[in-house]
Amino acid sequence: MNEKVIVFGATRGMGRALARAYAARGASLYLLGRNEAELARSAADLVARGARDCGYVRCDLEDARDFAPALDAAFSALGQVDVVAVTAGLFATQEELEKDRSLAVRVLQADFTQTVLFCEEVKDRLLGQRRGALVVFSSVAGERGRKPVVLYGAAKAGLSRYLEGLDHRHRADGLLVVAVKPGFVRTSMTEGLEPPPFAGEPDEVARDVVRAVERGLPEVYSPWPWRYVMGVIRALPRAVMRRVKF
Amino acid sequence: MRAPRPTRLQGWGRQSRLGIERRGEDLERLGAVARLSRGLGRSYGDSSLPAADGEIVLNTTLADRILAFDEATGLVRAEAGLSLVDLHRITLPKLMFSPVTPGTQFVTLGGMVAADVHGKNQHTAGNFGDHVTKLRVRVADGRVIECSPDEHPDLFSATIGGMGLTGHILEVEFRLERIPSAAIVQESVRIANVDEFQEELEASAKEWPFSMGWIDAITGGASLGRGVLYRGRWATPEEVAGSPPRPRRAAQLPVDFPSWVLNPASIRAFNALKYHSHVPRVQRRVVGIEELFYPLDAIHDWHRMYGARGFTQYQCVLPRRAGKGSARRVLTLLSNLGAASFLCVIKDFGREGRGILSFPTPGITLAIDIPIRPDTPDVVRALNALVLELGGRVYLAKDSFTTADELARMDPRVEEFQRVREVWDPERRFRSAQSVRLLGDSP
Ligand SMILES: Cc1cc2nc3c(=O)[nH]c(=O)nc-3n(C[C@H](O)[C@H](O)[C@H](O)COP(=O)(O)OP(=O)(O)OC[C@H]3O[C@@H](n4cnc5c(N)ncnc54)[C@H](O)[C@@H]3O)c2cc1C
Repeated sequence: MNEKVIVFGATRGMGRALARAYAARGASLYLLGRNEAELARSAADLVARGARDCGYVRCDLEDARDFAPALDAAFSALGQVDVVAVTAGLFATQEELEKDRSLAVRVLQADFTQTVLFCEEVKDRLLGQRRGALVVFSSVAGERGRKPVVLYGAAKAGLSRYLEGLDHRHRADGLLVVAVKPGFVRTSMTEGLEPPPFAGEPDEVARDVVRAVERGLPEVYSPWPWRYVMGVIRALPRAVMRRVKF
Repeated sequence: MRAPRPTRLQGWGRQSRLGIERRGEDLERLGAVARLSRGLGRSYGDSSLPAADGEIVLNTTLADRILAFDEATGLVRAEAGLSLVDLHRITLPKLMFSPVTPGTQFVTLGGMVAADVHGKNQHTAGNFGDHVTKLRVRVADGRVIECSPDEHPDLFSATIGGMGLTGHILEVEFRLERIPSAAIVQESVRIANVDEFQEELEASAKEWPFSMGWIDAITGGASLGRGVLYRGRWATPEEVAGSPPRPRRAAQLPVDFPSWVLNPASIRAFNALKYHSHVPRVQRRVVGIEELFYPLDAIHDWHRMYGARGFTQYQCVLPRRAGKGSARRVLTLLSNLGAASFLCVIKDFGREGRGILSFPTPGITLAIDIPIRPDTPDVVRALNALVLELGGRVYLAKDSFTTADELARMDPRVEEFQRVREVWDPERRFRSAQSVRLLGDSP
């Protein structure tokens, strides 16, 4: 089969788990990320875990000038690309973002504008191949305006809408756009936060994502109970949302 | 920043302390705030627990990358939080296996180094530390040090078996063993009493790389210490083709058993059944690696069987010079003390480890699970007195009740260990609940 997969954000958390899931299937991988030394370590890990090969190049989500050259390097190393996964992003709690305006600017920009700009670069290349999947990690935080994720959720809401539009516009052209909406997942990003019920592990999310790409699904909630949890939360009247803590 | 709240951290025997567990991929960075590392928490006692309530402990399990794996030589370098079960999932299909494995696969490389673990092949392969070629350690002053038998040998030999007290182990480099198949030829032999055990283990050592015995620690008199001896070696591909081992699935123990489920009568019945049903006396089969190496992993969370009060494992080694009847004396004392043990294991050791505080020494080791009762400290006092008299010592990875005074008398090597700590960590930044109890660190 030899899948060819690019992962932006594979050194940690869910990106690491997703890259490992593809490595275990014998894929050829190419990693994008901020820190070269970390990329080299993750590439070695993925080869040990079954990846046919694994290249990498530096790419900072906060600097759009990196995007085109990094993707050029990845596409020219892999040839035809099957999947481009974007798990990179910034996270901070509502309290952290309220206290620190410059952090808020960074998070809002990285998780919306910069991610969208990166996806645009990917979109052009995958459309050029007339096939391929763009898999982007958004969040259940974008499903509803909620007290603990007002700012972060707003960026993710914008991102989710963008991915939805992209899917509608280009599915017929051979581009599969998958919006991944993880619920609470135990990673270093959520470290120190009280895990709610249905908290998941990165490996579960990775499995769900690989399956969704295979089946051509435009949207994945993971772990699966979050689809129903969010269904309920989306249906709650605003008067209720104003009162509850989540 | 987020202020994580303290939670109850447990050792495998379910003793606990309040602590803040920090978890992340970057051990070097998180190491700056934590005074102890901890892996999968499979040490029974308090060695992976914080010295004081609310202190920060670094959970290493997200640092699990394999940094290099040379399939030709078996040399592996990995981050310290990598578990043995994950490593084997990758290396077994390539017919490579850890040269030493403890009785569970749910341990991290860091934990294996820090306890200098031994396995069923201690008599031939030594301890895990004997196969370690290099360690990367974040020491008290924040430096990251590569150590090996040639570079900083004092730090190297103090870290192996040093129970986390020399620094955060970041990376471990060691050599895997090449194996002829992923299966074992196992022979099991019914043994009439503990003296026969001691003889049979010694006799098996020459022909069998793996051996250990399960002991019925309740039945007394002439049958004291009867049980079943297991010995094994790697199967050849032909032997596996002839009778492929059956795969095994792990079951889950969903709830705590009430403490009364394990009582002397139920344990006695279980032991008698296990012993008497072993007919014929000698049996031989090809088995999967789990069956010989990891029988207890078949039930996840089996420690919950002991109920909320938990248990301790008393593991001691009795040196060869203590003579033939030494194991019998320990079991006799145990039965006089009325401490019913569900699980008791016996094994011979062939050599000393490489770490200053490595547990094994040539002789015989007994590992005895004891459900915790109010009198458990007294039971350990009495057992320790006898072990001291026999010139033996206890295993820190299992210990919860030994006193500082007993350890100092059992193990003169503690002085050298403390000298090395003085060099690398004069302010005793690294400490654990165990080091407070045993080494006089401030709580
Ligand atoms: C069912 C079962 C069977 C067992 N069988 C055996 C056996 O046959 N032989 C044997 O020798 N042991 C055996 N053990 C004990 C076990 O192998 C050791 O306790 C081992 O240390 C557990 O590893 P861990 O990753 O869970 O470490 P933890 O229990 O989390 O920690 C153990 C010690 O290692 C230190 N440590 C862990 N990681 C690091 C790090 N990165 N840097 C510095 N210090 C660190 C901790 O501070 C602590 O002192 C068994 C345990 C169980 C539960």
